[in-house]
Amino acid sequence: MIAELGQYALILGLVMATFLAIIPMYGASTGNVFWMSFAKPLAKSLFLFLLISMLCLVYAFATDDFSVEYVAGNSNSALPIYFKLSAVWGGHEGSLLLWVFILTCWIFAVAVKSDGLPLDISARVLSVLGMVAVGFASFTLITSSPFERLLINTPVEGADLNPLLQDIGLIIHPPLLYMGYVGFSVAFAFAIAALLSGKLDVAWSRWTRPWTNVSWAFLTIGITLGSWWAYYELGWGGWWFWDPVENASFMPWLAGTALVHSLAVTEKRGLFKSWTLLLAIFTFSLSLLGTFLVRSGVLTSVHSFAADPERGLYILVLLAITVGGSMLLYAIRAYDMKSESDFELCSRETLLLINNLVLVTICAMILIGTLYPLLIDAMGAGKISVGPPYFNALFVPFSLILCFFMAIGVSLRWKKSSVSALVKQLLPSLIISVILGVVAAYLYNEQMTLKATIALVLSFWVLISLGLDVYSKVKNSSVKILAVKKMPISYWSMQLAHLGVVVSLVGVALVATYSQERDIRMQVGDSIEMEGYRFEFKGVEKRQGPNYTSDTGTLVVYKGDNFFAKMHPEKRFYPARGTVMTEADIDAGAFLDIFVALGEPLADGAWAVRLQYKPFIRWIWLGGLMMMFAGLLSAFDKRYKRRDKQRSTSTPVASLA
Amino acid sequence: MRRILLFVPFIFCIVLGVLFVKGLSLDPTELPSAKIGKNFPSFELPSVRDADKVYTQTDMQGAVRLVNVWATWCPTCKQEHSYLNKLATTQGVEIIGINYKDDRAKAKQWLKRYHDPYIFNIYDEKGGLGLDLGVYGAPETYIVDKQGVIQYRHVGEVNATVWADLKVKMQALGWSAK
Repeated sequence: MIAELGQYALILGLVMATFLAIIPMYGASTGNVFWMSFAKPLAKSLFLFLLISMLCLVYAFATDDFSVEYVAGNSNSALPIYFKLSAVWGGHEGSLLLWVFILTCWIFAVAVKSDGLPLDISARVLSVLGMVAVGFASFTLITSSPFERLLINTPVEGADLNPLLQDIGLIIHPPLLYMGYVGFSVAFAFAIAALLSGKLDVAWSRWTRPWTNVSWAFLTIGITLGSWWAYYELGWGGWWFWDPVENASFMPWLAGTALVHSLAVTEKRGLFKSWTLLLAIFTFSLSLLGTFLVRSGVLTSVHSFAADPERGLYILVLLAITVGGSMLLYAIRAYDMKSESDFELCSRETLLLINNLVLVTICAMILIGTLYPLLIDAMGAGKISVGPPYFNALFVPFSLILCFFMAIGVSLRWKKSSVSALVKQLLPSLIISVILGVVAAYLYNEQMTLKATIALVLSFWVLISLGLDVYSKVKNSSVKILAVKKMPISYWSMQLAHLGVVVSLVGVALVATYSQERDIRMQVGDSIEMEGYRFEFKGVEKRQGPNYTSDTGTLVVYKGDNFFAKMHPEKRFYPARGTVMTEADIDAGAFLDIFVALGEPLADGAWAVRLQYKPFIRWIWLGGLMMMFAGLLSAFDKRYKRRDKQRSTSTPVASLA
Repeated sequence: MRRILLFVPFIFCIVLGVLFVKGLSLDPTELPSAKIGKNFPSFELPSVRDADKVYTQTDMQGAVRLVNVWATWCPTCKQEHSYLNKLATTQGVEIIGINYKDDRAKAKQWLKRYHDPYIFNIYDEKGGLGLDLGVYGAPETYIVDKQGVIQYRHVGEVNATVWADLKVKMQALGWSAK
């Protein structure tokens, strides 16, 4: 009964989305205020129905309703309640419903927050979002409804959630990632609205920026969590695999990062307008492409759930309409978007342009690497997989170039900077950074590598440039503390985000260079030394978990002669699916992770044990966290708020209708 | 000029779209090979475990076997590896490994870590043998008969479904499970 209610609510949601896609858009194109004013109520009711639908599915999971096929396939009565709830998005159908639900959350947020917007813009924006909702809600309903019943031969027990997904990381990772993916639909809708109306002014960029920053922040934390999850749950100790699914989330992030920067130029200087629009469309298109790649099974990946050509075709048609349509619109309308000012070669604009070019190049190169196997296949030449060597070979130099220009970019002024002043400021800091970087690299490990040293030098350089920029902003005021306090939030969030990049860069450079790993055979009482740590194997015992049995190993770790940690890596067997999972034990620290995983049992009670030494790995995710906070923080900048107040007191057109 | 440039993204999308439509209609694992029905290409390559031990095409003769092309940089290879282990231990399938464009130390470590289902492993560091075989990427699996003639080629992961198919083909060549 509840499942049918969920299905029914989803259908009603689709109906609301269809109305939303048509009525306000028609009103905006004919200038009819009455029709336009339907946008907000329709948007809110769309959200309401999807909320009901989502809650129904949650209820089905919570009550172990195995007559619902999706619940039977992804849950089990022995699962703890929090995993039952996260199993809602453990499979294809539920993930899609979550996708649509999150889309309606964004639509709802836009509807609530858009009181200050001119009515025709908000009507168009909501209507475009409605179109996206129509596409995905109908996709869910037609090809992959999670509410299908198994009324004949109803199973008494569920097939259990994929053990890989039985983890705290997986409870929160997909919703956050989707918040990011789907959030870019708002920037996309704003871009389409601007193209349709032919208006792209400062107000437009001010409106688009906070939405973009917030979705970017969600995507950042989503990717960060994904990487962290892969690190501790997959049991290989890797934190990034250049897997097609990871790439699918990384590409919109890169395009989104470019968009965040290009929007800044558009807002402050009225430049790069058509470029910003193109990036907004691209970013969302890449999010859709990601959904397509993951859901269609076009590319094989460790993450892919179900490969189903029919679903693939449906998403492809959706992609074709959304991306093809908006690109066509762009081709026709973007010509009218003229820049309002000029800039000199030595200016922040130029550096932001370089930033955009580098980011888009990285994005294109990942796109090529991800799609190359498909291209080869389509040309009838077979199936291949492009390995990490390709991605690393290109990504590492490009990201270092990006950081190089970041150090210069943050030191520059808008419009025009004096070259000699720039050199005077940057050259000493570069020399100091080279010294600091080389010394730090040497002190950390006497076997220096070129890449790690360059990364450290650049990190210092960016750090000094960021510091100097703050100093240059306050040096002329008499009370420096006051000057610091006066700086807008958006400035501090920018500093924080760039600092986050530095922190991540340090982490990546050090962990990639100085990680150690050993795979060894250990018998009870055996011990081994690695990087000054001694690991003693105490044996393995059987334990019983809620829905699994486990071989739990015990290792005692000594640092020098002192006790350091007692670690319990596990090998778990999940009988419902017959799968074995490796649960690594990680002793996490700010500067060092010790990672222990159990391999296979060997003869004579010995075990294969994998030991890893991972310096600074936490920094990668710490940087991600900092970038996320920066993105969220920037949305609270005063200039967005002030405008809200002004507009809402000055009688919005909507209330007249 | 700018007008025309603005159409570039649109055209780019169309091209990608055509690519995806083709991609969807392809079965990612089906692939004919020009080498089917021909002798295993001649080669002289060292073993993964022992650089002094050299294998040649004559080592491919003598039984109906699987030849599996793999590498440590290939995630799908990791995925299929446990299934290969199972085939080797429970069904007695003889599998010859070709370690393709890989690093010897890593390959050895891999075999130690995930068990070794292969009767022996050929170290094709430069990918020369792979080129002669027409390998596009890892993993690929071939059926080779008693005379060392390539009889079938499968591209992609070996799993239960694929094995059901391979098994029939191997049995037709005179192979039987342990």
